[in-house]
Amino acid sequence: MLSERLKGFLRASRSAAEAGPPANGGSVPNLASGPGRGEVSETRQSRGLDQFFGSFRDQTGLSILDLGGAHQENINFITSLGHKFHSEDFLRIFQETFGEDIADQSNPGRIDYFLRQSLEYPDEQFDGVLAWDALEYMEPALLAATADRLFRILKPKGYVLAIFHSAERKETVSCYSFRIQDLRTLQAIRHGQRTASQQLFNNRSLEKLFHKFESVKFFLARDSLREVIARK
Amino acid sequence: MSVWNKQRREEEPSGPLNTNIRPAPPAPAVETKKEATTLSSMSSMPVGRVEPEPARGGSATIGKAVKIAGQIYSREDLYVDGDVEGTIELMDHKLTIGPNGKVHAGVKAREVVALGVVQGNVEASERIEIRKDAKLVGDIKTARIIIEDGAYFKGSIDIVKAEPKAAPSQPRPQPAPAPATVAAVASAADAKR
Repeated sequence: MLSERLKGFLRASRSAAEAGPPANGGSVPNLASGPGRGEVSETRQSRGLDQFFGSFRDQTGLSILDLGGAHQENINFITSLGHKFHSEDFLRIFQETFGEDIADQSNPGRIDYFLRQSLEYPDEQFDGVLAWDALEYMEPALLAATADRLFRILKPKGYVLAIFHSAERKETVSCYSFRIQDLRTLQAIRHGQRTASQQLFNNRSLEKLFHKFESVKFFLARDSLREVIARK
Repeated sequence: MSVWNKQRREEEPSGPLNTNIRPAPPAPAVETKKEATTLSSMSSMPVGRVEPEPARGGSATIGKAVKIAGQIYSREDLYVDGDVEGTIELMDHKLTIGPNGKVHAGVKAREVVALGVVQGNVEASERIEIRKDAKLVGDIKTARIIIEDGAYFKGSIDIVKAEPKAAPSQPRPQPAPAPATVAAVASAADAKR
């Protein structure tokens, strides 16, 4: 069963790589540096990132949690600002816990187990969380529980940056890893596809998702990409 | 060491390499090594000038079939390809966790290179490298970190500036004798095998 799932995931990754770069109207695929074999990277401006770190301007020693795993660029950037970098490979734990089993994502016991594996931190530990696109692949019950946990582990006036690729219903969505180039620029490396959530991510549903937060801001970027900044 | 010296002596030509060098008086065994090296590399040097040989740090190894539970203190570099549970301290030396290495320990070293699994907090005064297939779960304190794509890391990274080293002219007080050096433990374990 598990091997079938893995095969499916690998097949999707391979076909995504073979399909070539996305038609993204102006973004320049970059295969020269950074991504490994079969990965496609593009550089894009990010107003969300600008807002996220802009809100911490003139502060040092903050705790920033990166849910996208540990990448050299992000470590260098965050530690060069004088902050403490925390890393979680959230999607790896998600994949290990649920695989492609959507039904399991509604099971309270499994949700609890997943959150203990991935976000087991004391309340109000972090000043900021870089969630990237990690929330996009989750089904509603798991997503709501995760948003709730993010709220708990954030300090008051702390921020979450999350990215949602599309407001349209799709079978699969590309998954990316995000590397910070500078305060306003991200390198997005596409490395395969995942089954899309049944949930739609438009402004209304995102406001509902982050309803506990004091404020939620959206930045609509090219390719229907939504960057969301939520402030506790 | 004596084996190495014997080989070097056998390789030396029977005639003198440099007639300006007089044979040294009989010296203790440790000195013999220096003399052999000097002879083979001195042909282009001014007569009578002897360059000090750079210090060669030894390296201890914990093989992949070895499991150690307890505290490890080492005054030489250490390569761990087996299982270690407890603590590892190599204050001025380098720790390498090999691809088969599993370290469930708090680690303190000058430099740490992880290719295997590490679970525990790591302090590396100079730098830490987490290679492609390595897995590290714990909090890191270091001056510099290099992490390859594909490595798994869960924990926090605190970048601390390296403390300036004390002047080399000042003699450092000798620390109290360590309970057991890794070399001794590892060789005992190897002997068992």
